[in-house]
Amino acid sequence: MEIVMTIVAGILIATAVYLMLSRSILRIVIGTGLLSHGAHLMILTMGGLKRGAAPLLGQEASSYTDPLPQALILTAIVISFGVTSFFLVLAYRAYQELKTDDMDKLRGNENHE
Amino acid sequence: MNNLVILPILIPLITATLLLLLPKRIKLQKLISVISLSFATIASIVLVHKVYTDGIQTLEIGNWRPPFGIVLVADMFASLLVLTGTIVSFMCILFAFRSIGKGRESYYYYAFTQFLLTGVMGAFLTGDIFNLFVFFEVMLMASYALIVIGGTRSQLRESLKYVLVNVISSALFVLALAYIYGLMGTLNMADISNKVAESGQSGILTVVAILFLIVFGLKGGIFPLYFWLPGSYHAPPYAITALFGALLTKVGVYAIFRTFTLIFYHEPEITHTIIAILAGITILIGAIGAIAYWDVKKILIYNIVTAVGVIIYGVALANETGYAGSIYYLVHDMVIKGALFLLGGAMFAVTGTDNIKKMGGLIKRHPLLGWMFFIAAMALAGIPPLSGFVGKVLLVQGGLEADHYVFVGVMLLSSLLVLYSVMKIFMNCFFKAEVLSEKEEQGSTKGLIYPSVILLALSAFLGLGAEFVYPYVWQAAETLMDPSIYIQAVLKE
Repeated sequence: MEIVMTIVAGILIATAVYLMLSRSILRIVIGTGLLSHGAHLMILTMGGLKRGAAPLLGQEASSYTDPLPQALILTAIVISFGVTSFFLVLAYRAYQELKTDDMDKLRGNENHE
Repeated sequence: MNNLVILPILIPLITATLLLLLPKRIKLQKLISVISLSFATIASIVLVHKVYTDGIQTLEIGNWRPPFGIVLVADMFASLLVLTGTIVSFMCILFAFRSIGKGRESYYYYAFTQFLLTGVMGAFLTGDIFNLFVFFEVMLMASYALIVIGGTRSQLRESLKYVLVNVISSALFVLALAYIYGLMGTLNMADISNKVAESGQSGILTVVAILFLIVFGLKGGIFPLYFWLPGSYHAPPYAITALFGALLTKVGVYAIFRTFTLIFYHEPEITHTIIAILAGITILIGAIGAIAYWDVKKILIYNIVTAVGVIIYGVALANETGYAGSIYYLVHDMVIKGALFLLGGAMFAVTGTDNIKKMGGLIKRHPLLGWMFFIAAMALAGIPPLSGFVGKVLLVQGGLEADHYVFVGVMLLSSLLVLYSVMKIFMNCFFKAEVLSEKEEQGSTKGLIYPSVILLALSAFLGLGAEFVYPYVWQAAETLMDPSIYIQAVLKE
């Protein structure tokens, strides 16, 4: 199971890299979303995907799944959610102000105002 | 157990929350910022003293024993950086009082700086590697907001790139954490260090170490990961760039020190060689950038890159003199970068431009500003009575002890180039023929100079009072040299 998950995460990250290297800002934002998906899947996978009950003491099982990666992933999801929403608003503001969503046209140096 | 350790994180956090409640009461915001930063400064002075007399201070949050709970650790290295960081940001905020402008002030500028401070102090003090990630994000989120606050066109353009680079590095950080958790099954740094030492640093751990180097290198701006830094730091106003230049990259540097002296020190012929090569190139790239531009801010920004290279090299030297030199240089660099950016900001306030060729003869009406800039330039290059000298001497000594002659050569050469780049600013802007007459000047330096006076006094103290500062630095270097001191303090075995 871990192997399948690793391959899936690999595909997600490869797609993310491809999208982030494109010119449109929106594609880049989608890329960052996929990148964090890949990273989160990896946290879950690297913690081990052994069978066991959900980490709730009420279930009274003999073994539980590892609760720590789930707590980590929850933290990482919220953080990347915050960053993504900020990034989207930033992209929207930049589109309004700079009248382009083409990263190639946003190249510039200090005197280019 | 010592609640003192959490104060440098808690004070800015509470202040920031408080400041969110009063966005339009600017006078009150300033007052609260000053009070809170004074308290934070006092708390960090007490912390440094406490660590000096009683050894490493730890705080187990919620009374959970490490490695199960999060533990905050203040060793001398971290507490020195906390103290310097607090003082430098205090001065940056004092500078902002007169320079940042009403628009930015009423849109939570002071709250964001306090959040930034929370993140930076937390990153210095944490003893848990996932918690380090969280504090990195706190710091980065605040820096995203600060870099774009005001919303000018160039700020919007550069913040897009800045956010993207940091999102990628955060995702890589998460991946690295996933790997280290998968391999070691723990997230407490002292415990990871123990387990790595027990199992031996296998090939896969070295790979993870390199991944951490890439992540922290992206934050710290080492070659070849510094590409985002010149553009992003150029966009916001000087008060914000000074804060970034003094604090943000230094957190990446600190994290490299922490990981490579505490956890991944078993394969130095691979990891430390890579760090050495990258640091050497970083120094040169920064120096080349600094001499290439005719823009005050750009020159100062490339000097950040050079300094990061110099400091990182201390990790590769891996002897006590080298560590002591790096720590001394790190503290000095935070102070002097703050001072230089604030002086640059004062020059910008007068002339309204960053272009060196559009200034000249400023010394006539602004002698204090001019000679302060001169002293700061001397300190940056490492001229003896000032602070830059001690760190560089120790690094040269450490380099010679470790037979790294190329590094010593590169560093001394870079000092020359750095001196040239800042003297270029001094000679062209303050001497030469006068460009702007009194009426054409954009503003005055009223209230903008005294923060940098304080920082320069601190720099002079670091240089002249080296006898006083050195024992502290030496204690920090000892802890870096011998990870078992840190591990014992945290795990109490």
